[in-house]
Amino acid sequence: MTAQHSRWTHHRTVGFGYVAISLAAACVGTVLSLLMRLHLTWPAWSLPLHGLILPEEYLALVTMHGTLMLFFVLTVAPQSGFGNLILPAQIGARRMAFPRLNAASMGLTGLALLVLLAAFFVPGGSPISGWTAYPPLSATALAGPGQGEGMDVWLAAIALFSLASTLGAINTLTTIVKLRGEGMSWQRLPLTVWGWFTAALLSVLVFSVLLAALAMLFCDRHLQSGFFLPTGDLVNGVLLQHHGDGSPLLWLHLFWFFGHPEVYIAILPGMGLTSMVLANFAHRRVFAYRLMIATTLLIGFLGILVWGHHMFVAGLNPFAGSAFALSSMAIALPSSAKVLSWLATIWRSRPRLTTPMLFALGFVSLFITGGLTGPILAQPILDEYLHNTFFVVAHFHLIMAMAGIFGLFCATYYWFPLLFGRLLSEPLGKLHFAGTLIGAYGTFLPMHLTGLAGEPRQYAQLTGGGSGPAGQLLQTTLPLQHGITYAAFFLACAQLPFLLNLVLTLRSHLLATPNPWSATTMEWASQDFDEASTEDKPTGLVTYRGPCHYSEDGVSFLPQWESGATSTLPPE
Amino acid sequence: MHSAQAIATGQRFWRLPVDASAHGPALDTHLLLNLWIALALLALAHLILLAGLAFRRRASRPVHTLLLEYLPLAALTLLFAFLAARAQQLWAAQRYTGASLTAMQVEVTGMQFAWYFRYPGADAAFGETKPTLVAPGEGNPLGLDPADRHGADDLVTSQLVLPAGREVDLALHAQDVIHGFSVPEMRLKQNAVPGQTAHIHFTPTQPGSYAILCTQLCGLGHYRMQATMLVLPPAAFDTWLQAHEAAAGKRGQP
Repeated sequence: MTAQHSRWTHHRTVGFGYVAISLAAACVGTVLSLLMRLHLTWPAWSLPLHGLILPEEYLALVTMHGTLMLFFVLTVAPQSGFGNLILPAQIGARRMAFPRLNAASMGLTGLALLVLLAAFFVPGGSPISGWTAYPPLSATALAGPGQGEGMDVWLAAIALFSLASTLGAINTLTTIVKLRGEGMSWQRLPLTVWGWFTAALLSVLVFSVLLAALAMLFCDRHLQSGFFLPTGDLVNGVLLQHHGDGSPLLWLHLFWFFGHPEVYIAILPGMGLTSMVLANFAHRRVFAYRLMIATTLLIGFLGILVWGHHMFVAGLNPFAGSAFALSSMAIALPSSAKVLSWLATIWRSRPRLTTPMLFALGFVSLFITGGLTGPILAQPILDEYLHNTFFVVAHFHLIMAMAGIFGLFCATYYWFPLLFGRLLSEPLGKLHFAGTLIGAYGTFLPMHLTGLAGEPRQYAQLTGGGSGPAGQLLQTTLPLQHGITYAAFFLACAQLPFLLNLVLTLRSHLLATPNPWSATTMEWASQDFDEASTEDKPTGLVTYRGPCHYSEDGVSFLPQWESGATSTLPPE
Repeated sequence: MHSAQAIATGQRFWRLPVDASAHGPALDTHLLLNLWIALALLALAHLILLAGLAFRRRASRPVHTLLLEYLPLAALTLLFAFLAARAQQLWAAQRYTGASLTAMQVEVTGMQFAWYFRYPGADAAFGETKPTLVAPGEGNPLGLDPADRHGADDLVTSQLVLPAGREVDLALHAQDVIHGFSVPEMRLKQNAVPGQTAHIHFTPTQPGSYAILCTQLCGLGHYRMQATMLVLPPAAFDTWLQAHEAAAGKRGQP
């Protein structure tokens, strides 16, 4: 251990690097989704400088949008980005456990993003088999454009990403276990740390399985193995030559064993932050704090037992369907417990409705709305109708994508003064919040209805497939498609006040006061010891109590780092 | 009839398409129950959220976790258990047992980007197929083996024609990649996976033309992998089958 660390391996540098990777991926991913909406609504629309969007190009958009958003935005930003920026200070530590490994994981993640984006430029273009890459579609170049070099590039990118995530998660776990500062017992950890901890546990468990599955798929593609390929598989008129008699279902098991915990990795840090921010602005302790810790761990544990609910109609034994229905229903309970705690925490608290608080409240709203369709989709008999329809698209975009993004915005507004010494503008922030909430609901609520009407996912066009009853069924959803597309563009435009806010605030000279939100968690004490310093010496901080100590009347509070004297909240 | 009316209203409100299979009404009833409950809980939760923000501040009194956390949680547990149990009954009724022995046998094969349907003919047995014999250009998209006499009277169509009121046992295959066999108006969905056979059984109740869609991403033509299910009154179906089997039989003659 050296006394001086390089600025390049400083956890804040690494954290900002991760956030930059996410921001780039989010911008590209958003543009791709808007192109999808345009093509789905107006199939004859021609993309300037490109021309008509072909069906395989639409599927490439689907694949790249899903891959970018799931991996590079929702996994990277909350867990690796804000994890690195905030976690050490929040546990009273000076640094992450393995600074060089940390910087290496960030570099690998950035490299993975570049490799993935390269798929747009290889012959045949990006892969078209979705972020789930089911074989045999993903196992041979014969299956379609993009399934040759594009798919190889995708495999390489996700393999790099898996490696980086595993290393990053090991770093997070070690930091939390070994580097907690003086007095920071497990019970005094803020719920954000519990979120990062559980997500890191899941990452270590499941990314290694994904990595193995990717290696197996690579072997099926190039070394004539047959993990996922049955004998006699005839693709595009060519009998695939390989050894052994495998099953595509094996990939589904391996992929979803990773894929379902992955969505919890994406949302657990947001849940933790929402709990802490609600309590912060309600000037109360999080209701049923210990239960919140328990439900976080329970969601993580149950999260690895529910993968089969993605496979109810995939060819599983129907008894397995019943078992996975049970575990999936069970996960609704810790999730409901969290919602109840959130509602109880803010009940009659007259919280300060600052922008971070509004985004935390938005998180709760979206989590409820997206969560309530979870138990519906956990019932195998209802999946017999709803599986792979837009009802599912609506469900996961609300609970994972939108709630996840609200968690990220909450984090940005809340920790901006800590990271940049300036408060983001409140009026612009509130405008951003209102627009984003309206846009999110406007885009994704109607998708429940097009899904119930029968619209399947991943259809390049709803017209042009024939004029029979199938074509007629799809056309019934067309009127709603226009509204959804307008709402999606509104949602994208609602991000402009945010960008403007960032620029204006970073250029302003108005500095924030220390601990401007009257927060009680350790990261806000870090201004006292120059968090940004690369010098490796003890922080000198002691944790005296758990977080969220506010007086009964909510007027005074006791931060975790103060030995005794209470601080009074500043007048509003 | 009152509940039937309520269901029809629900189907319209939630934009569900026509429901034309024997197991469909029970599935719809359960789906609508779920949707209304979700909508009610959504409204309730948001009401509590907004009321909690609107009412004036009250010092947080020591309330029992029991009252605010465990009681509602127990109620939700009962609710979810009730829904899961009902769903399980429907699932078991449809999936835990196979089709009756008298059910009509039809084989469904998905391939990029078409569905083919095969009827076993008078001998009630499907002939052998081999991937090496597949030749769509020569009218043999499934690779029927001419050496197998069971295949001589097999009827292969691109439209799924079925009689109303008779149980059907579908055997799902895929030739190349995974496809999703879905008939929204029959409330039916099951993947066709290469290398394995999946059976689903159902009974169409109302004559009509229905949409068959592919619901598992299968390649660039996924969106146009559509077919029609034509449900005929039993007499009309018999006529159709006899006419087509006769033609197939002639073709099968050496």
